[in-house]
Amino acid sequence: MSKIGLIIRREYTSRVMKKSFILLTFLTPVLFATVFFVPMLMTMLGDSTQKNIIVVDCTGLYADVLKSDDIYTFTYVDTTPEELKEKNSQNKELTGVLVISEDLATNPKAATIYSEKQINVETKSHISNLLKNYVEEKKLASYNIPGIKEMVEDAKTKIDISTIKWDSDGEEKEGSAELALIIGMVAALLIYMFIVIYGGQVMAGVLQEKTSRIVEVIISSVKPFELMMGKIIGVALVGLTQFMMWVILTLVIYGGATTILAGKMNPQQLMEAQQMAQMGTDGGMADMGQFGDANNIFHIIQNFDFLQIGILFILFFIGGYLLYASLFAAIGSAVDNETDSNQFSMPVTIPIIIALFAGIYASRHPDAGLSFWTSMIPFTSPVVMMARLPFGVPIWQIALSLFILILTFIGSTWFAGKIYRTGILMYGKKVTWKELWKWLKY
Amino acid sequence: MILEIRDVVKQYSGHLALNGVSLSVPRASVYGLLGPNGAGKTTLIRIINCITAPDSGEVLLNGKRMTPKDVERIGYLPEERGLYKKMKVGEQALYLARLKGMTKTDALKALKYWFEKFEIQDWWGKKIEELSKGMAQKVQFVTTILHKPELLIFDEPFSGFDPVNTDMLKREILALRDQGATIIFSTHNMSSVEELCENISLVNNSKIVLQGNIDDIRASYTHKTMLVRSANVFQAGHFYEPVSQEAKNGTVETVIRKTGDEDNNVILQEIMKQTQIYSFEELRPTMNDIFIETVKNVKQIKQ
Repeated sequence: MSKIGLIIRREYTSRVMKKSFILLTFLTPVLFATVFFVPMLMTMLGDSTQKNIIVVDCTGLYADVLKSDDIYTFTYVDTTPEELKEKNSQNKELTGVLVISEDLATNPKAATIYSEKQINVETKSHISNLLKNYVEEKKLASYNIPGIKEMVEDAKTKIDISTIKWDSDGEEKEGSAELALIIGMVAALLIYMFIVIYGGQVMAGVLQEKTSRIVEVIISSVKPFELMMGKIIGVALVGLTQFMMWVILTLVIYGGATTILAGKMNPQQLMEAQQMAQMGTDGGMADMGQFGDANNIFHIIQNFDFLQIGILFILFFIGGYLLYASLFAAIGSAVDNETDSNQFSMPVTIPIIIALFAGIYASRHPDAGLSFWTSMIPFTSPVVMMARLPFGVPIWQIALSLFILILTFIGSTWFAGKIYRTGILMYGKKVTWKELWKWLKY
Repeated sequence: MILEIRDVVKQYSGHLALNGVSLSVPRASVYGLLGPNGAGKTTLIRIINCITAPDSGEVLLNGKRMTPKDVERIGYLPEERGLYKKMKVGEQALYLARLKGMTKTDALKALKYWFEKFEIQDWWGKKIEELSKGMAQKVQFVTTILHKPELLIFDEPFSGFDPVNTDMLKREILALRDQGATIIFSTHNMSSVEELCENISLVNNSKIVLQGNIDDIRASYTHKTMLVRSANVFQAGHFYEPVSQEAKNGTVETVIRKTGDEDNNVILQEIMKQTQIYSFEELRPTMNDIFIETVKNVKQIKQ
């Protein structure tokens, strides 16, 4: 095995064997799945305990409206609420007392539920739905217009604009702006995260070798450039491993969970559950209800070219990572301790943070001038291009962006190699930017 | 000659680290590289290791210009020791050996031999951070010599070792020499230089100021310092100066140094005028004296 191979292997295995890596790799998808599926499971399981509700109907108008079913037992009584209040405290089985004091058609606020514990939302909405439907029907009937019920049903309209992309070859594809936004943001965030985490690991690794003084022994065996590249590549492989593991684990968990859930749920329930989960996870950023039914979502998801996005994700990740990791390596070699490294890494961390903001902007305005330019500038392009990609980006733009990125990382690796070679053997000197410039010329 | 350095110059931004340094190291010998801090020793060692390239001049190994591939024939123990703290001893030793071009089986065999010899087999599965400083040094020494290098470079090898281990290390170094290895040995510890080295170079201010066989050097400095036991204290004369003076059991012991090339008799006569002499003997100078004197002289000349 060549020496750079030995270095790559050490960098790789020493990181992959770490407990923190294994934990993070396996727990993250599980955590995501938990956040996504637990609300779904909750809705599916629902609350199947018996609800006993005593109805005090002062108007006598709603005698047959509230019908008992598996869960809800309605008992009509003829007492006043005050009398019930005393009994209530002894009756543990009782969920609540519904008091209807006036005609709900004239006073919609006339219904009240008294209970010892706060009544849950589900029960409340179940009861109010039953009452609402009944009152609505009665009102419509009171107009005495034949066929009014059908007319009202007919008048209810739900607008659902479907978005369809025209391919260059004229093929139509059903798309979804919301989904494109989500996929773009997730990909952009992932790239950002990987660059920051693994770029930072390269810097920490270089600094650690320098401060532990092992570097002098190593570079009496291999060239400094080989050591630097070995570390950068080794860490990149760790990042890719983690990414692949996440993809595989997510697919496994998603596949497993949906089959289990689908077995227990009808599609409508599944849809509702997914809606609930969505609301829970992203605070209603996208109204998933617009997708219509579950089948449609599946259809739209399939329309995204995930293979293309995946391949470009890996290419842009490698490019962006190599660019930033080489700069991080140069910084790690130039400084003596972590305090200095924070100070010197500022010029490198600022562009990557700008890239994140540009990416967020680009996911909302994928074809704006700013989005275009930031997806060409190599320091921001990996993140921004990921955000733009699901909306469709012309091939020439992708190619040009990749080309610029490759040129830049070749340049940055060369530059980092020069700094690194001198930096790792410099101790006790507080480096300045001027000094770094001199090192380039050694 | 296993190693020849010819007229090497190395300049760092505005500072001349090595100024026309030449030296030759005979095969199977221990060569001392001496000099005060900042004289340029580390730069020279790094040039031999191909870590930095000289601005001009050349380094020949076995008569051929050195190539980066040749570093596999060198074992280097830097002054500032370091190993991966989180890595296990065995794994780390194996990794370093393989970086020097050993195959896995060869490395394991050699490691087994040395770990048994140094009685450190129990450390194999331990992490470096669990070992004491001296223990880690021992591991590092093993990794330095493991690949049976022709040329060994030890930078301050004894720092951090207790006397027992220092002694063991010295024996190992001499044993390696007897097996045909050549050792370049950089140190401030002059007594170990006398004990181990055959030849030395003294580097000061980026230049070699003293070079040669250690016995020849010491011989050339003899006849210059003497120990005089006398009844009373005496003053400096025209041809000598006292270096140190102390009273012991009623006699005064004075170390004097000749300032010129006069005969001993002339000096004796000068002292006799001042006090009664009990004894007079020439001192063989220690390397320490020679080191201090040479470095001092260079400074004086510069001033």
